Formats: sequence, C-alpha cells, structure tokens
Amino acid sequence: MSLENFLLLSVVLFSIGLYGALTRRNVVVVLMSIELMFNAVNVAAVAVSRYVTPAALRADTTSIADAVVQRVLTGQVFALFVIVVAAAEVALGLAIVIAVYRSRGTVDLTQVNLMKR
Amino acid sequence: MTAQDILFWALAGASVGSAVAVVTMKSIFRAAVMLAFSFLAVAGLFVLLNADFLAVVQVLIYVGAVSVLLVFASLLTRDAETGNTANRLRLPALLGSALLLAFLATVVLQTNWSLMEDTLSAESLARVQEVLSATPQWLAGLLLSEWVLPFEVASVLLLAAIVGALVLVRERQP
Repeated sequence: MSLENFLLLSVVLFSIGLYGALTRRNVVVVLMSIELMFNAVNVAAVAVSRYVTPAALRADTTSIADAVVQRVLTGQVFALFVIVVAAAEVALGLAIVIAVYRSRGTVDLTQVNLMKR
Repeated sequence: MTAQDILFWALAGASVGSAVAVVTMKSIFRAAVMLAFSFLAVAGLFVLLNADFLAVVQVLIYVGAVSVLLVFASLLTRDAETGNTANRLRLPALLGSALLLAFLATVVLQTNWSLMEDTLSAESLARVQEVLSATPQWLAGLLLSEWVLPFEVASVLLLAAIVGALVLVRERQP
C-alpha cells in the first residue's frame, strides 16, 4: 500500500470510465461512467495529499502552526468540492435526460442528432 | 503483507471489477447497482487513506443519492433491461483509453514523489499524524478559513442546480 498503488488504481478507474463514456449509447450509462471518472480523480487527490509533502510544510521545519499543518488536508477539500459538483451535475444531467426523453422518446445518444441535420 | 495491504487489494479489486461491470453489463439497472458497489469500495479506500469524513460523505452522497437517482432515471426511461449497447466507436475508444492508461501509469511510476515520510522531520511527522488521525475538525477549519469562498459558492451552485432541475422537468403549462 503506497502512493503508487493508489495512483495506479485511480488511473485504471479513470480509463474504465473514459471507455464507458465514449462507447455507451445510453445517456444514463454515460453519466455513470462520468461518475466513475470523478471517483478516480478523488482517489488520486486524497492519495497525493496523504503521502506527498505540501510545499508549505517543506519550507519551515521548526515549529509548525495549525494554519500550515492543516494544509495536508487540501486534497480532501478538493475531493469534497468534486463530490458537491458531481452531485449537482448528476441532478441536472438526469433532468436533461428526462426532458430529452419526453421530447424525443429515446435516450440513445446516436438518435439524439437534431442539430446534425 | 499487512492487514492494510490485504484490505487495499481487496477494495481495489472490488472497485475495478464493479467499474468494468458498469460499462459492460447489458442491464442498465444492474449497471447502476454495480456502480453503487464501486462507490462503496472507494469509500473503503478513503478510510485506508485516513479520510474518514470523506468516506462518510462518499457513502451519503454517492451511494445514497447519486446511485439511487441513476436507478430512478434508468427506470423512468425505456430499454432498462437490454439498453446498454455500444456505439461504433468501440475499438478506437478502447485504444484511446489504453493509451491514456499507459501514459498516466508511466507518469505515475517515473515521477520522483517527495513523500512526507522521507522529507519531514520526526516532530513534523508527528504533527501531520495528529491532523490525519482526526480529520473532520481540521477539515472544518480549512474549509471555513482558506477555502471559505469556494465553500459559499458551492451552496449557490447547489441552489442553481435544484432550481435548474425543477425548471427542466416541469410540465409545460398550456
């Protein structure tokens, strides 16, 4: 269990999500794949902040103030904001999916090509 | 191999396995359930990374809300049973994802990470450990001091998302 392990896991999850987002025809599954990619990025952010030295901590080595030492959690703050944005994204995305389904009668991405014609 | 290592490999296998199931399963409903499993495994990984608060948030929001929302959406639209088919891009997408995977893996393995356990003194490490052993209180301090502006903007974003979603799915008045 090291930083490389976590980052490689994150890379694998991201690639699976990317493949799903590019190839699936159903919009709902594409949204699921995007959520997988968000999750992979979160794992990477938290792992890096857990293992890698923050620049602020590298500078002073004598006495570390609270305001400086809490920066080791910056990656977790990033992950928190990513989760917030992902929640908003999935709520809006599904609202759009429902609206598209109402007007076009399908959720197949290859059939939703009104602007191509 | 320590207990943590075994846990890590089990959780990593579970998350990757269910992620593969999400993009390959025929039934969209089952794909959504596998997605929930993947989210749960990632929550376990957060616990391994000393991010206990994030693990709770992950279970609450991803497993509890996002997965359920996706299940609802897959049931509200047609083709829930066999609708998970691929488009024509299958081979190029597989190639592109594999290339990205190889590239990012090389970057991860080639980078000389400056790890905290190598660069910090013993007393600094003890301080960092103190923060990592009880993250919620430190996270709160960080969110409401350094990250207070994004924190407030996030609430506006969520409000806009709620209103936007309501407007999008509202029945049109004649």
